[in-house]
Amino acid sequence: MSVTPFRLPVIAKLRREAIEALIAKGLRVDGKRDPATPRSVTVELGVIERAEGSALVKLGNTQVMAGVKMDVGAPFRDTPDQGVLTVHAEFVPLASPLFEPGPPDENAIELARVVDRSLREVGAVDLGELVIRSGEKVWVVWVDLYILDHGGNLFDASMLAAMAALLNARIPYYEEIETGEVVVDRSKPPLGALPIRRRVVTVTVAKIGRHLAVDPDFEEESVADVRLVVALDDGGRIVGLQKSGEGAITREEARRAIALARQAAPVYFKALEEAATSSKADGS
Amino acid sequence: MGQTSSGGSSRTLVLPGDPVGEDVEARAPYIYVDDRGVKRAAVPGFVDDRGGKKVFVPLESIYIPKPGDIVIGMVHSVGVTNWFVDINSPYMAVLNLQDFLGRPFNPATDEPGRYLSAGDDIKAKVLAFDRTRNPLLTVQGEGLGKIVEGKIVEIAPARIPRVIGRKGSMLEVLSSETGCEIFAAVNGRVHVKCPNPEVEAIVILAIKTIEREAFTSGLTARIRKLIEEEKVVRGVGK
Amino acid sequence: MKAAHGRLISEEGLRHDGRRPDEHRPVKMEVGVLSNADGSAMVEFGRTKVLAAVYGPREPPQRFMLLPDRAILRVRYHMAPFSTSDRKSPAPSRREVELSKVIREALEPVVISELYPRTAIDVFVEVLQADGGTRTAGVTAASLALADAGIPMRALVAGVAVGKVDGVLVLDVDEVEDSAGEADLPVAGAPDLGLITLLQLNGVLSEEEFEQALDMAWRAIEDLVRQEKEVLRRKYQGVSRA
Repeated sequence: MSVTPFRLPVIAKLRREAIEALIAKGLRVDGKRDPATPRSVTVELGVIERAEGSALVKLGNTQVMAGVKMDVGAPFRDTPDQGVLTVHAEFVPLASPLFEPGPPDENAIELARVVDRSLREVGAVDLGELVIRSGEKVWVVWVDLYILDHGGNLFDASMLAAMAALLNARIPYYEEIETGEVVVDRSKPPLGALPIRRRVVTVTVAKIGRHLAVDPDFEEESVADVRLVVALDDGGRIVGLQKSGEGAITREEARRAIALARQAAPVYFKALEEAATSSKADGS
Repeated sequence: MGQTSSGGSSRTLVLPGDPVGEDVEARAPYIYVDDRGVKRAAVPGFVDDRGGKKVFVPLESIYIPKPGDIVIGMVHSVGVTNWFVDINSPYMAVLNLQDFLGRPFNPATDEPGRYLSAGDDIKAKVLAFDRTRNPLLTVQGEGLGKIVEGKIVEIAPARIPRVIGRKGSMLEVLSSETGCEIFAAVNGRVHVKCPNPEVEAIVILAIKTIEREAFTSGLTARIRKLIEEEKVVRGVGK
Repeated sequence: MKAAHGRLISEEGLRHDGRRPDEHRPVKMEVGVLSNADGSAMVEFGRTKVLAAVYGPREPPQRFMLLPDRAILRVRYHMAPFSTSDRKSPAPSRREVELSKVIREALEPVVISELYPRTAIDVFVEVLQADGGTRTAGVTAASLALADAGIPMRALVAGVAVGKVDGVLVLDVDEVEDSAGEADLPVAGAPDLGLITLLQLNGVLSEEEFEQALDMAWRAIEDLVRQEKEVLRRKYQGVSRA
């Protein structure tokens, strides 16, 4: 059952008014940026050696780590010639006073499913290349999102972390033994990169008062009525949308939000590209 | 669309989101004013044009206690020094033992369950309610207290004004035709106390009919006729 | 994942069930279908059948849940085990958890919750038969059930999903079109107020296609809300026949 949030961060009324007044003037509480500009973003790859791929994303004060692990498993019955991609998100209690230990709540599930759909629908990972034996053995790719510090806008940071960790992932060495079993051997050098066909980012647009702004920080998010998460691929197509939050938007606002998202997306794509290039230069 | 008219007054059915017109009084919770200043219905209802004066009549309502309301409640549970009373509202009401007794109580000997227990009906007045604490009831007053005879009929609170009728006209018909004592409480409960079970059944049927056909014209006359016919059918003499 | 061209749209431009691209399946709506609930409704979009019930406002079972300045909304979207071709486990899936949230957030903007502080308004949506569009049929049924319960609302809401199959935008996708299609855009909104209250996209659309799909959805939503009002009007005909 989904319940109206009853444990909300309390934002001082004066602060709320200040945030709204700034947005109305095209400014942001953290200064130095306009409604179409995300906070500073860094993407670091290969932060966890035990994972097939990993990334740490910092978006303003928000930190999300993503780890990719791969197993050999059975394909889904209706897709015998495709590997399996699964996204999970953990809102780790150390990340925020609002997070409680326990199974993923609706926010964590929504986040994981939005990231999952955005990757899946556009075929970001070529799952057809992840078949070991048709109908029997395929690679199962687990993307685990770990929220480490909640400074607002978990969607964009998580999507970036997932995409970056997938770009960073290497398929482990494996052998098919006589019994037909597939044995993974991580002591041997990996076989190569995951087949990534498309890059995807999400840009979250918050409606604060009557105004729209991308990449809300924690305070902005707390005073926002509603957010529209816009997933865009590197070909400029819309590959996912999710309205999230208690409020509503007009059709005109939906269009403007998508335009704003398009304006901001290159910042995220650039961060991904820089991380990918510098890790190649490191030879990792 | 949903417009009917009869004898100089007209009636329009409106539904949540429909504009009701600027000359209708904005009255929470039934009418609200949107961001652009347009008055809209929040519940299904009629806009009645009564000779130029526009009035909103809700077809659905949820009973919210107001200080001074006389309600019919049912004891839901017994506390240490009070009762929790279901008054057909989102909010559970409280009646204190001290109020019921009309004197300070002795915790050693006065135990609430001795006086009222779960399932008992009471007639009480709302003393205080501000939506931050449970509504507080009192039974200190003429005719208030435990209900010991008769029946309670529950109907939609929005239909209670029709059971009462204009200046009490419907109540007058119900009681004069049946000889029953009838009290219609704002929270959707009607207490009927009748001379015999036959007329009790008739008066309950009449109240249910009023609920079902509340806003049809000529209702009072039809109710009178219904009661007369039922009396013949059931062999209740004059 | 793309469907073979021409499989779902015929040469005459018709869909696999004979509908035109902008044609909704037959819609059925009924209110007051349950006796215990404060409000209830059944909505059918073709073979999709959804039942909604509303209880409250009432005191929430756990008092820590309440808010001092408004009612909380508790919404559960749930699929009956027999609603799908393979039996669905009755335990809530991740999809149901997400859709419960998305439906709650589609209702939050229209329910005037500040009238009933410290209470809960419960909305239960049960999918009895699933053939695509269950969340949008669910929002539509919930809107009717809330009105039936007399819960003050800023406006009625309704929902519909627009899909893209064989490169063509189609209204009110069923399961065949949804599973083979290239995109699914569920939308819900309140036409009286011009507000979108639910918006998701699962799939790929260009910006131009998005705008066309949203317009197509919006016209259908306007029509669905008109039908909701017609059904409610019928409910009150009895009490007001002159």
